[in-house]
Amino acid sequence: MQQSVELAGIGKGFGAFDVLKNIDLSVRPGEFLSLVGMSGCGKSTLLRIIAGLERPDRGSVAIGGSDVTELDPSARNLAMVFQSYALYPHMSVRQNIATPLRMRRLSLAGRLPLVGALAASAEVLHDIDKSVEQAAETLQISHLLDRKPAQLSGGQRQRVALARALVRSPAAFLMDEPLSNLDAKLRAHMRNELAALHCRLGATFIYVTHDQIEAMTMSDRIALMNEGQIEQLGTPSQLYEHPATLTVARFIGTPSINLVPVEVLSNGSVSLFGHVLGLAAGGHDAGPATLGVRAEHISIGSEGLPLRVLRTETHGADRFVHAHLLADETLRVTLRLTAGEPLAADTADVIQVSFPPERAHLFGRDGVRLAALPTDRVAA
Amino acid sequence: MARIRRFLPHLVLGAGAFIVVLPFYWMFLTSIRSPAEIFDVSLWPIPKQFDMAQNYGRAASQVPMLRFMLNGLIVCLGILIVQVATAVPAAYALAKLNFPGRKLLLTLVIAALCVPIQALALPLFVGLAKLDLLNTYFAMMAPFFLSVFAIFLFHQSFRSYPDEIIEAARMDGFSEMEICWSLVLRGSLPSLAAFSVFSVVAHWNDLYWPMIVVTDINLAPPPLGMLFFSDVESGANYGALMAGAALITAPMIVCFLLARRHFIAGITMTGVK
Repeated sequence: MQQSVELAGIGKGFGAFDVLKNIDLSVRPGEFLSLVGMSGCGKSTLLRIIAGLERPDRGSVAIGGSDVTELDPSARNLAMVFQSYALYPHMSVRQNIATPLRMRRLSLAGRLPLVGALAASAEVLHDIDKSVEQAAETLQISHLLDRKPAQLSGGQRQRVALARALVRSPAAFLMDEPLSNLDAKLRAHMRNELAALHCRLGATFIYVTHDQIEAMTMSDRIALMNEGQIEQLGTPSQLYEHPATLTVARFIGTPSINLVPVEVLSNGSVSLFGHVLGLAAGGHDAGPATLGVRAEHISIGSEGLPLRVLRTETHGADRFVHAHLLADETLRVTLRLTAGEPLAADTADVIQVSFPPERAHLFGRDGVRLAALPTDRVAA
Repeated sequence: MARIRRFLPHLVLGAGAFIVVLPFYWMFLTSIRSPAEIFDVSLWPIPKQFDMAQNYGRAASQVPMLRFMLNGLIVCLGILIVQVATAVPAAYALAKLNFPGRKLLLTLVIAALCVPIQALALPLFVGLAKLDLLNTYFAMMAPFFLSVFAIFLFHQSFRSYPDEIIEAARMDGFSEMEICWSLVLRGSLPSLAAFSVFSVVAHWNDLYWPMIVVTDINLAPPPLGMLFFSDVESGANYGALMAGAALITAPMIVCFLLARRHFIAGITMTGVK
């Protein structure tokens, strides 16, 4: 259950459109790796290429060190959990979970209905039964074994799909947005269960999602994809604290990162609407750039950048203050205050905010991160 | 007003049903009447003289009715089995597999729906004659072995089968044939029932093609047998003729009633007709 998955130079096009452009990715044995990105970024196609359901135009796939690029899906010993769960509708839960094992261990004659029971060895059948019960126990669905998928709730179907994946002890688990058909509460619950399952099995998980919270909460590493390329690969905190590009910064984090246009001056200092910030851009390219600051790094003070408050949102443990720049109404800024922090401002009041310069992210015109060093002064 | 609106659909449907059912009713009525009453237009169900036993006895004894039915059964089942065996994999490939020329093939299938059997009758007859196959069951079945209608109907129904289940099956190690027969067809049983009814009724009732390729009365399916029968009787005994017709229609009606629910589901589900 612990195998590495290596992708080298994977390329895939549909017609004239390149869905994947030269993807290199190496998934370590036992790792929980998420592929995240907007819909259409190629993450599902990449997963399907790993599964063997799609052939890449270029590049190779290796599992556990051996090249499987030319192998059929069933020969790769991978298990996949689909968004719709893809349970066999006419089979009971027990038969559904047993199917991967029956396909592997029984001959064609043994799989036939009725006569199959005569052709298959009793020992193998007993073995399969035992594995099925074990998998069902792991996912706490033993009491559902004799039902049909149509009689189950979404969460229960999800568990059956997981049990069906689990029962074959695959080299790696592939999951294609498995939680997106569940309601919000169940999704949070299943997130914990999946993470716990990963811990218990120690298996390699490759998990596709468009939901950055799922990726952030469960993964060891995240590969953020955009337009057929991996934009950044790293741990959740690396992506959050050091986004490599504007796309990554925008995608990761709730509420979204605050982005404002700034000007890099010829001496390297950064100016926001004529207001010079305590930052120096590492690159020497003067010109427009984008400044990003996370909501929790902005604090209200007696001096700094003036904002007008639009509304406050209470979330229990913390509050979000939505405001816009006094200099430009279209530029929205969100602040995150803990519940204890007082807010001496009402809607339409003007507040002044600042942020520690080492928490600022600076992105060049092409969206790539620029080194930004704090100068002595406290920023804005 | 609201009342009329509620009953109007029933009225219209009732009128339609009356038109459809009337010939069958008349057939049955004639089959139990005496020759003297045949041309009586009255629809009153109880005849003055009850000749049912006589008419049905005649129909059963004068021609080998059981033999005709057995012939019909052999021909219909033979056609149906080969049609399903060829159309299901073809429809699966057209609906779910990606290969160059798929769209073209599907277009050809739909185009072939427009070709009537009459247009092909002559070349088929000549071909069968050259192969010395006239007057065989095979000659009656062969032209119908490949049914584009079946391919089209199954294609419509297979198309809606979830792709993810097929992919899960591929990862589990199912072969394409196993996916096709044990998963996809399994999910389309109403279409199979609908097609079976279509096919069996059409070929059970077919007079045109058997008349062309069969002259041996021992091979005749029911409608052709009826033709021999009416020749024997020189068309005079309508009561017995209708009794024969009632006998050969009965299996179809029973067959439809048994598969009725699946049949209707199959038709509405696939959007055919």
